[in-house]
Amino acid sequence: MADFDEELDASGLNCPLPILRAKKALAGMDTGKVLHIIATDPGSVKDFEAFARQTGNELMESKEEGGKFQFLIKKA
Amino acid sequence: MDEKKLAIIATKGSLDWAYPPFILASTASALGYETEIFFTFYGLQLLKKDLDLKVTPLGNPGMPMPMGMEKWFPTLLTALPGMEGMMTSMMKKKMASKGVASLEELRELCQEAEVRLIACQMTVDLFDMDSSAFIDGVEYAGAARFFEFAGESDICLYI
Repeated sequence: MADFDEELDASGLNCPLPILRAKKALAGMDTGKVLHIIATDPGSVKDFEAFARQTGNELMESKEEGGKFQFLIKKA
Repeated sequence: MDEKKLAIIATKGSLDWAYPPFILASTASALGYETEIFFTFYGLQLLKKDLDLKVTPLGNPGMPMPMGMEKWFPTLLTALPGMEGMMTSMMKKKMASKGVASLEELRELCQEAEVRLIACQMTVDLFDMDSSAFIDGVEYAGAARFFEFAGESDICLYI
């Protein structure tokens, strides 16, 4: 797992909470900083892809590890 | 940057109909949409400070029930006193156990995300509703005001 600046644990939260929390976290971050998100909602995989596409923030990594979904998003 | 616009008309006041407007609005907002929800008729129940929304399988043949009950449970029995209350609390428990946000939380997230909430003044007057029973931050207006935004929206939903 690459370096990240902030972490958001959205385990146990279902749609739309993971991306809503992510949006809030990213709003407080500077451009170029990376947010690490952990989620258990399987729907969050497609949700974060769509989120990245539509908001212009880069989805650097998306994978499943340790039974949870891990994402790295870089603030545009 | 040209922001896309989402307009939602919320007309229903039961627990199951309350989720779609708030979930869609908050998600759209997270994706950068400018969003407005127009609450009219029973949709006004969604703006009350104390949310006490119910759900019932009576009249809702599409509602799934536990243990496959929807296949054999007689419709008439769903009209019995106490059934609505029981179904409502079962639904709420299920939502909580699956990590679904509460309505209050979703509504708060919407307001935080600057989703505009508009209450239909005409319906408020029609049902003699007291605006002090509604949450703060709601704009009271009519359909014409809503069309100003809805007419320019990329997506307009009737819920």
